[in-house]
Amino acid sequence: MLVKLEPRGQHSRKMAYLSPVLAGVLTLITSGIFFFLQGLDPIHALKTMLYTPISDTYGLAEWCVKAAPILLCAIGLAVVFKAQVWNIGAEGQLLIGGLLASSVAVNVIEAEGIWVLPAILLAGVIGGALWALLAAWLKTHFNANEILTTIMLNYIALNLLVFSVHGPLKDPNGFNFPESAMFGDASLMPVLIEDTRVHAGILFALFAVAAIWVLLSRSFMGFQIKVLGLDHSAARLAGFKSKRLVWVTMLISGGLAGLAGAGEVTGPLGQLVPQISPGYGYAAIIVAFLGRLHPVGILLASLLMALIYMGGEMAQIELNMPVAITGLFQGLLLFYLLACDVLINFRVTLPWLSSQKTTAEQVN
Amino acid sequence: MDIDLITNVLYAMIRTGTPLLIVALGEMVCEKSGVLNLGQEGMMLMGAVIGFIATLLSGNVWLGFICAMLAGVLMSQLFAVIALGLSANQVATGLALTIFGTGLSAFIGSDYVGKPIDGLGVIAIPVLSDIPIIGKMLFAQDLIVYFSFGLFAAVYWFFRSSRTGLVVKAVGENPHAANAIGLPVMRTRYLAVAFGGAMAGLAGGYLSLAYTPLWAENMTAGRGWIALALVVFATWRAERVLLGAYLFGLASILHLVAQGLGFAVSPNLLAMLPYIATILVLVMLSRNSGRSKLYTPASLGKPFHASS
Repeated sequence: MLVKLEPRGQHSRKMAYLSPVLAGVLTLITSGIFFFLQGLDPIHALKTMLYTPISDTYGLAEWCVKAAPILLCAIGLAVVFKAQVWNIGAEGQLLIGGLLASSVAVNVIEAEGIWVLPAILLAGVIGGALWALLAAWLKTHFNANEILTTIMLNYIALNLLVFSVHGPLKDPNGFNFPESAMFGDASLMPVLIEDTRVHAGILFALFAVAAIWVLLSRSFMGFQIKVLGLDHSAARLAGFKSKRLVWVTMLISGGLAGLAGAGEVTGPLGQLVPQISPGYGYAAIIVAFLGRLHPVGILLASLLMALIYMGGEMAQIELNMPVAITGLFQGLLLFYLLACDVLINFRVTLPWLSSQKTTAEQVN
Repeated sequence: MDIDLITNVLYAMIRTGTPLLIVALGEMVCEKSGVLNLGQEGMMLMGAVIGFIATLLSGNVWLGFICAMLAGVLMSQLFAVIALGLSANQVATGLALTIFGTGLSAFIGSDYVGKPIDGLGVIAIPVLSDIPIIGKMLFAQDLIVYFSFGLFAAVYWFFRSSRTGLVVKAVGENPHAANAIGLPVMRTRYLAVAFGGAMAGLAGGYLSLAYTPLWAENMTAGRGWIALALVVFATWRAERVLLGAYLFGLASILHLVAQGLGFAVSPNLLAMLPYIATILVLVMLSRNSGRSKLYTPASLGKPFHASS
């Protein structure tokens, strides 16, 4: 064998932080080669994807707008993944959050007052949380695998959303387009910076990051979650109520994803449309892993992911590439990350090099 | 309900169940060897797009199917290198494969959306296909459906009576013991993953070359995931995979039945049925955790590192 993996015996902290960086560099190199093979100048293409979108104020503002829902979903996933509960359903929870928030919003278009927006957002949070709790209930009471149930719930949520915009929530004056009516002014997220789409949802996302940080690193609940994730039987022996922890983590994760959905419809969209999310909930899974399930890491990783989304759109406009290039980048990044993560627990050795050395030593 | 409707519903049930059956049988073999590959959806999509492009460019649908299977195998080996070679977490690697496959297939196929091809034709077996009700369902299908019947028989026999089947089961139940008596654990697992990939590619190709026949982004619509659930319900037994695949085929075409009977239900609501059915069956069958543990290959999802 050319390379050999040798167990380190312990977890390497340095590698745990280095691995995402390494994965990013490898993704860059691979996509550079890919652009070259497509007959493009790799440097120019990468610059178009990763720098041009954020090279002006408008771009920077859009960057924040795109990062907010990803950040909200991913920070929630950090909590469930820490408990080793595999919630793959952030996408569905986001959609149901957006759907429920919209069904409140279309009924209060004429309403005024500061209670309107909080009520809508709360509906979104409840929607996402209930959708996640459904999977938690199926897991704790019926032992149903949460990966499969949350994925199925994603497809069900998408169909519910499409049904709603074609049926009950369709704008009666909308020329039969599958869209809801535009929300009233009191239902929209306040814009933070004039002439941009930067809205208050970004503050919610940052607040969530801080809150989850405190929860995970400073609270007893966070400790219980981590123990549950590391060793299920240890958590049981310590008397932690593991079913309740599954419920709480799913509640947090679903609620935050629901808030992300509500933030999209009341923020940049202003109405309910079938395409609320270009897969933010799935991208959040990559972000959570890439950010090492740590709030700061996740903040950085969601900025990167938002940039990849913007880069995909830019590549479509400037380089004539299909917008699906975003998914390609995401998949590559996650693959490289998983491969590089091997370095956390294993050391790569080159047996042919060391055996040559030993022979040389023997000769001497 | 008249005879014609029943005949056509049964016929469509088999056609819709076929891709599920093929991908689920492939995944079952893979899981029997102790490897959980959640990348079925990604491999199916790659099979679908590569098969479609190959058919469109060459005009030969069989070349399309071969390319679809090759695409599935290549994707599965990407998984194998990371999950088996580098002992990475199989759940995360499988998810990565699905995300990657979804992105890559959409990218490759973006120029081919909506282009027409001549799909795979139906071959009616004389005399047998004239049997009322079941004749059309069993004997007036395309060759891939007939192949799927053979595949089922082969997998059933493989685990019941063949020596190699025993090796696969031994590797999945206790890789350390299997390694100790000299069975090639890693090679068996790589091959099982490759077989799963080939079947997922073929099932994807069936969707884009025979079932639709068109290419559309994300056209598998969760069938790879339903197949994963199917293997769990079927408690890793081929005959139950067969039954489950056709039941899901039926659930997926209920909107046609409803239309045939004159009910006006939103197609979007009926489209949820297979997913809801998946959850319901999963719940019914997983309730008893002792029973699930009994049937699950003991080393499923756990990396193996030969400590020699």
